[in-house]
Amino acid sequence: MLPAQFEYHAPESLGDAIALLKQHGDEAKVLSGGHSLVPLMKLRFAAPAHIVDINGIPGLDYLKEENGVLKIGALVREADLETSDVVASKFPLILDTAKQIADPQVRNRATIAGNLAHGDPANDHPATMLALGAEVVIEGSGGERVLPVSELFVSTLTTALASDEIIKEVRVPVPPGKSGGAYLKIERRVGDFAIVAVAAQVTLDESGNIASAGIGLTNVAPVPVKATDAEASLAGKAPDEAALEEAGRLAAESCDPTTDNRAPAEYKRAMVKELTIRALRRAVERAQGGK
Amino acid sequence: MSKKRMVNATINGREQTLLCDNRMSLLDALRDAAGLTGTKEGCLTGDCGACSVVMNGKLVDSCLVMAAEAEGAAITTVEGLAIGSDLHALQQAFLAEAALQCGVCTPGFLVASKALLDRNPDPTEHEIRYWLAGNLCRCTGYQKILEAVQSAAAQLRDNPR
Amino acid sequence: MSEITSESLGGIGQSVKRKEDLRFILGKGSYVEDFYLPGMVYGCVVRSPFAHAKINGIDSSEALKVPGVMAVITAKELEGANLSWMPTLAGDTQAVLADKKVHFQSQEVAFVIGETQYAAADGAEAVEVDYEELPVVVDPFKALDPGAPLLRDDKEGQKDNHIFNWQAGDKEATEKAFQNAEVTVSQSTHYQRCHPAPMETCGCVADVNPGTGRTTIYITSQAPHAHRTVLALVSPLKEHTTRLVSPDLGGGFGNKVPVYPGYILATVASLTLGLPVKWIETRSENIQSTGFARDYHTTMELAATKDGKITALRVKTLADHGAFNAQANPMKWPAGLFSICTGSYDIPNAHVEVDAVYTNKAPGGVAYRCSFRVTEASYAIERAVDLLAGELKMDPVQLRKKNFIQPDQFPYTSVTGWEYDSGDYEKAMQVALDLVGYEDLRKEQAEKRAKGELMGIGISSFTEIAGAGPRKDFDILGLSMNDGAEIRVHPTGTVTARFGVKSQGQGHETTFAQILAEELGLPEADILVEEGDTDTAPYGLGTYGSRSTPVAGGAAVLAARKVREKGMKIAAHLLEVSEADIEWKNYQFQVKGAPAKAKTMAEVAFAAYTNAPPGEEVGLEATYYYDPPNFTFPFGTYICVLDIDNKTGEFKIRRFVAVDDCGTIINPMILEGQIHGGLTEGLAIATMQEIRFDDQGNCLNGSFMDYLLPTAVEVPNWDLDRTVTPSPHHPIGAKGVGESSNVGSPAAIVNAFVDALSHLGVTNIEMPVTPWKIWQLLHEKGVA
Repeated sequence: MLPAQFEYHAPESLGDAIALLKQHGDEAKVLSGGHSLVPLMKLRFAAPAHIVDINGIPGLDYLKEENGVLKIGALVREADLETSDVVASKFPLILDTAKQIADPQVRNRATIAGNLAHGDPANDHPATMLALGAEVVIEGSGGERVLPVSELFVSTLTTALASDEIIKEVRVPVPPGKSGGAYLKIERRVGDFAIVAVAAQVTLDESGNIASAGIGLTNVAPVPVKATDAEASLAGKAPDEAALEEAGRLAAESCDPTTDNRAPAEYKRAMVKELTIRALRRAVERAQGGK
Repeated sequence: MSKKRMVNATINGREQTLLCDNRMSLLDALRDAAGLTGTKEGCLTGDCGACSVVMNGKLVDSCLVMAAEAEGAAITTVEGLAIGSDLHALQQAFLAEAALQCGVCTPGFLVASKALLDRNPDPTEHEIRYWLAGNLCRCTGYQKILEAVQSAAAQLRDNPR
Repeated sequence: MSEITSESLGGIGQSVKRKEDLRFILGKGSYVEDFYLPGMVYGCVVRSPFAHAKINGIDSSEALKVPGVMAVITAKELEGANLSWMPTLAGDTQAVLADKKVHFQSQEVAFVIGETQYAAADGAEAVEVDYEELPVVVDPFKALDPGAPLLRDDKEGQKDNHIFNWQAGDKEATEKAFQNAEVTVSQSTHYQRCHPAPMETCGCVADVNPGTGRTTIYITSQAPHAHRTVLALVSPLKEHTTRLVSPDLGGGFGNKVPVYPGYILATVASLTLGLPVKWIETRSENIQSTGFARDYHTTMELAATKDGKITALRVKTLADHGAFNAQANPMKWPAGLFSICTGSYDIPNAHVEVDAVYTNKAPGGVAYRCSFRVTEASYAIERAVDLLAGELKMDPVQLRKKNFIQPDQFPYTSVTGWEYDSGDYEKAMQVALDLVGYEDLRKEQAEKRAKGELMGIGISSFTEIAGAGPRKDFDILGLSMNDGAEIRVHPTGTVTARFGVKSQGQGHETTFAQILAEELGLPEADILVEEGDTDTAPYGLGTYGSRSTPVAGGAAVLAARKVREKGMKIAAHLLEVSEADIEWKNYQFQVKGAPAKAKTMAEVAFAAYTNAPPGEEVGLEATYYYDPPNFTFPFGTYICVLDIDNKTGEFKIRRFVAVDDCGTIINPMILEGQIHGGLTEGLAIATMQEIRFDDQGNCLNGSFMDYLLPTAVEVPNWDLDRTVTPSPHHPIGAKGVGESSNVGSPAAIVNAFVDALSHLGVTNIEMPVTPWKIWQLLHEKGVA
């Protein structure tokens, strides 16, 4: 199949892009990586009358640490995360995630901002950004606003973005000293969306107990899940098997998986528990200084 | 009528202006407008890598890049690997190791493998497998492709092009 | 004169580099999609969203208004030419375009031709079809319920959804053996519907040229002559002015054997418009409407003594054929070669029964390297044997050895009527056992089990059947399954050879040249092999069922020997001796007892045109159509070793050893690649592939997003070895091997999974074996 007709726009500034989105409303779609949008268009599941290609807008591809925050510009590609020193050294969870998205070809185009903006619980960065307590900087015709990622996802494929808003930047606070994270994913085959995936981020205090934890769940509910009960259960605890087991149990209770082409709901729920335990274990190891 | 646009790109070192349907993918532009039919369509949805090209130094699925996005870009396709009749080491290795059978996935694998060796001249088997995870083959079972990539890598390390 | 050897010639057994590869690595292959003819326009099929629905009307008016749309064809336009229905290769009929109703989701309903592929796609979207949904039949068992909706109400005399019942063996004797058996085992399994999905989809460029009165169709066909004949039978086209060209084909695996409506539609469109019409299906169309594979619901039972001697086999299958019976099987064999299911074993009683039914799904059934249902047969017996081993608490290796047909029993006639040509099953098995280190693996498994770790070792010792076939019993739509070879030796000693088979990646340009090099004493590099153009190639039934080497290879050898026969006369003339004094030795014509007096084939070739013996015609060429006396029976043993994560069910195949015996090997390097490919397909089927439908007949995985192919990440290193037991009846002892690796591997893999969990009481897991299925079993058993 081939896409239906559309008008193609290549604005040269974010302001122009937003003006186009405001002008065409629901008839317009942003094209950045395009690897969620274009397949839908080719299968004619989506037929936007206007495509607003933001790839030519300068100054959106920065990936830098500034004032204790990792700033990921709208046009940063997954592959950029794979080769970044700051990501490798301070955000092993993000590196894990990027490496497990699709394949090298897709990773050279797909953007992190797009991965969040699509609002798909099957995408990987939502869980990771939830676990890291990230925020998104949104720009629209009404100006700029900052939104925690935990408030971004409204329902399946629907975010809090208005039709004339674009995610300009993703901001991830640099975790304190003894921190580590991990992303574990069970997939039907390499490159697929997750059957279940878990993002875990922990920070240890001086005595080696868990000071704080972030746990995000991929593809086990209509929206990406922040497993807050599981997170809370770990606070102040020693990172022993009992604590991890309890966190896993609570994480499994906080999801709402469905039976689909990938697996039965019962399996997904059981794997949320198992992967939460394993991801936490790896996150703790990394926080303790292991790799 | 379907809208058309002109796309200017440098393809295999040659500047070209392609008349494209507005909706054309880069893949279709290369095949139908530039007459470079080596790059193949395999799946429509960016899952098989048969359409792999290098765009501005990055390996991409050309079926998911709109032709319009390639404005001003530098593109390398399989047709750009050999220099005249001088085959690239990968091409020689694929031939020597019988790393192809029907040949449809081969252009994609050659372009993807070259992109790998250009940035990592000494990849491990694990790294090669994961780098090629976006390229599907039905005929070879991948083993001879892996051997060919390893052989070419060794060849290139000894004799850089 | 330097010595001519098989090596210097690039003859049989040499790992000669493939000639065809140069154009592929340069990106200069010519696949159907690469043909652009002047004035060419594009076709797009309108497909049904419903699995079963009446068509109350089709309105093309909006579609015809779409800019660039040139024509819309519906069944109405085809009826006049009696073309809205066509015969299938199985002797049934299939709609080219749906007239009164649609029978499966994705069925062809209209054909839109546009100036560009975009216009055609837009036009297809704009065709309005008034559907009235009908109750859908998806479950083949329910298809036979009394009162089930009648799917083929277009067929006169069709009262229900049953297509045929086919049996082989001795029902009563088998029944008796089961009644008297000390031990019996039974397993029901679904060999799931899957699809070969070659990297190139199907398509054609049809050029019915009004000026020349000639038709040329570039087509993805594994059997262009057969397709040409079918076209001539159903349409106004005549064979002598119709040229089908199968150019480079991007994989086939049986997907490109059937005649698809798109081919007919493109041809009709070209005839109507007087322009070349290109039709290339998308991947979704390929998966959802072209010939699927398998979908056999089989109950297999073995009867045995308590020390493991098999006394009987009973196999009963319900075959889901989809909406039309369009499978490509030899006509008299509607279940193909399924009765090979006694496998490698000396089984004294067997009964095999297959019932086929219609359902509201895409038609097909014979594809994906199945060797004509041999994949289904081999899976059944190799799983049943493991089941019996489990029941008897016997090592599956020992049970197999106890029942193998022994080398001195060949040629061996099975109770289902196959005469196996040659085999040495235990030898191949021993090579595999040694290579994998079987004893140590069993020890390791025991140690792991004690610690609760899961590890499985699975074996498959298959015998399959290739090379259709002797024309007495094997034809497709009446066309004898014999194949031709035509050899022409030019004056300056190079050769053009043409065949009626058609490579889709198997390397015929090289392997057939190697056979001829060996037989003619001319270098392989000087032999040009051509296939696929019906204007020039001798008649043949194409490439599938691993038949090229057994049949066309036989034709090649015998045609070459005819050339040599004439060469003897010419050599005698040149050497001034009588023909009886000449022998073919050391790849040349030598005077017996005086080897220094010799002529090479090249010298003889030149003389054929410049100095032919009196009474002989000039020239040096021969044609031979080979009627194989029998099938060939490749065999082997595969061993799969895998480890399973006991909490998630995820697994990793640690080792896979494949020992194949295909008789004489033409090119070891090409052979390895073919086996790697088939093993990978077997892995795909065993662990990740299934075409699934919901109860409304909606296909749930019609693209590569959800119909999964393995990548380089999932495949293990394939560990290959071989034994060589030539076929006694094949002119060079070759058996063919294209499909063995898909035939034998799924059972080895599933046996490994079951073996990993057998200590928990697990005796079966249905394919595709996925982590969640494993986890469910572990969960039930209280382990996870």
